[in-house]
Amino acid sequence: MRNAQPKSSPFRDLLQNLTPTAIICLSILIALIVLAIAGPWVSPYSSTEILTSESYQLRSDSMLLGGDYLGRDMLSRLIYALQITLGVTFVVTILAFFTGCLLGFLAAVLGGTVDTVLSRVMDALIALPAIMIALIVISSLGSSLPVLVVTLALIDSTRVFRVARALAMNIVVSDYVEAARVRGEGLRWIMGREIMPNVVGPLAAEFGIRFTYTILFMSALGFLGLGMQPPHADLGLLIQENMQGLLFGSFAALYPALLISLITITINIFIDWYLQQLDSGLPSEF
Amino acid sequence: MDLLLIVARRVAIGVLTVLVVSLLVFAGTELLPGNVAHAILGPGATPEAIANISARLGLDQPAYIRYIHWFGNLLHGDLGTSLTSGREVSELIAERSGNTFLLAGVTALVAVPLSVSLGLIASTKPNGRVDKTISAITLTLISIPDFLVAVILVSIFSVQLGWLPALSTIRPDSSFFELARMLVLPVTALSFTVIAHMARMTRTAVLNELTSPAIEMAILKGVPKSRLLLVHALSNAIAPIVNVIALNLGYLISGVVVIEMLFNLNGLGKLMVEAVTTRDIPLVQGCAMLFCAVYVLLNLFADTISIVANPRIRHPK
Repeated sequence: MRNAQPKSSPFRDLLQNLTPTAIICLSILIALIVLAIAGPWVSPYSSTEILTSESYQLRSDSMLLGGDYLGRDMLSRLIYALQITLGVTFVVTILAFFTGCLLGFLAAVLGGTVDTVLSRVMDALIALPAIMIALIVISSLGSSLPVLVVTLALIDSTRVFRVARALAMNIVVSDYVEAARVRGEGLRWIMGREIMPNVVGPLAAEFGIRFTYTILFMSALGFLGLGMQPPHADLGLLIQENMQGLLFGSFAALYPALLISLITITINIFIDWYLQQLDSGLPSEF
Repeated sequence: MDLLLIVARRVAIGVLTVLVVSLLVFAGTELLPGNVAHAILGPGATPEAIANISARLGLDQPAYIRYIHWFGNLLHGDLGTSLTSGREVSELIAERSGNTFLLAGVTALVAVPLSVSLGLIASTKPNGRVDKTISAITLTLISIPDFLVAVILVSIFSVQLGWLPALSTIRPDSSFFELARMLVLPVTALSFTVIAHMARMTRTAVLNELTSPAIEMAILKGVPKSRLLLVHALSNAIAPIVNVIALNLGYLISGVVVIEMLFNLNGLGKLMVEAVTTRDIPLVQGCAMLFCAVYVLLNLFADTISIVANPRIRHPK
């Protein structure tokens, strides 16, 4: 369907309804993403370079956030870990959405045996606590970047599958999908041209929810020492590495924890605003 | 009779789920490439050594036979021998599970009543000042990882004030007082996020109920507000609330793992993470089965309660 007034696109409507809170959240998120991408150029030192033999050096002009347990610059470590955490989370969420949506839409469109089999398998995986799946896989494969990405994506895709299938189910029964079927359109057309445009709104919110979930989950694994392996680091590992410092009055472990919270809180508040917009019916179609 | 049948069906589904879970745990740990023989011998193992140890452990047999064997032993309570310590897995688990159940149990005792009352208070005046405050606080708490809460708690109460121990290594001879002191911080850290989730969902469930025709009827009848909320709305919202509680007790499982590591509390979660780090496969399998079984049981319990609490099923026409 074409919009009668070309000037009022749903996207523009969304932008016009930005509340101050939403603007603040959006700017924080953009700033963090820019910081992560520009990481290597803006961080004052290399993230692995040991600058001093003293552990947990206090804040100074040369080390803005002080040093970590090995005497590395905490700020540079943080920027590096932010890059890893955001990058991995992004790839994981995209992968999870690709598989989750594909399988969810397939289950909804094809129905019957395909739906039953897919749904049962996903239900079985959801019946396991996510952390158990991760621990089981890591115990047999060891922790490495590919293992981490695939495992996290697998866990996420089961949740995406449920949402995508439920959303698609509502669309599949509509007259225009029926019409497309009668017209003889293929699976790809029905999934891409009929279903997708009608579920993009809610799926976008789900993307944000899964993104925060993945950040928290990945950080938890990193904290357990089962995420990225040193000298690489994610935000969770940074907390674990520097936990001892708390006892000596160093805040090194606090910064990564605060950074994780900043990301997840801003995304959650932003989604809250976005869902309100969805409820008020503005961007029903993108 | 109908009720019994429905509950029996749920239990059957629960048993089936545990069976599927055992398959997944087995598949995840034994069929993925890096197998037990590799885990024992390390990366530098020769093919002969691997074949040798595989034969000794029965790894050269087909997977389904190994699974049946493993599952049969599991039913007898025989979970195999830990690769790193050489002790019985069941013995290790029995030793540690008490501490975990203590931590989770105390947390549930603290968190469940607190969050249900918070949710109820929030739903008395939706969008009022109290509701908005509770909403903002709980949304923030949901976004915060439990280790941040723990790190802050430790740095305030253990490091700055020195009131409570930063480590909670429970010994069999720990006195009740010591135990209580050691549990304060882990339980508080664990409660925070759980309370936030449960309070929000309780609010939603009760608010849903408040818009139902039955409640409208009660309002028109002139039922006082407190009675309306506590008797009329709450009794109908029990099923969703119980579901929420079970869901979050499941969440406790992953929280327990992180918190136990953080406070060095020697429970099942710590045992399992250590097993994963040393790739002690039988121990991982044992811990995973226990955690998953508890999780399935909790869900089963919640399902049953919500069936029993539903008057339409209890009093069939």
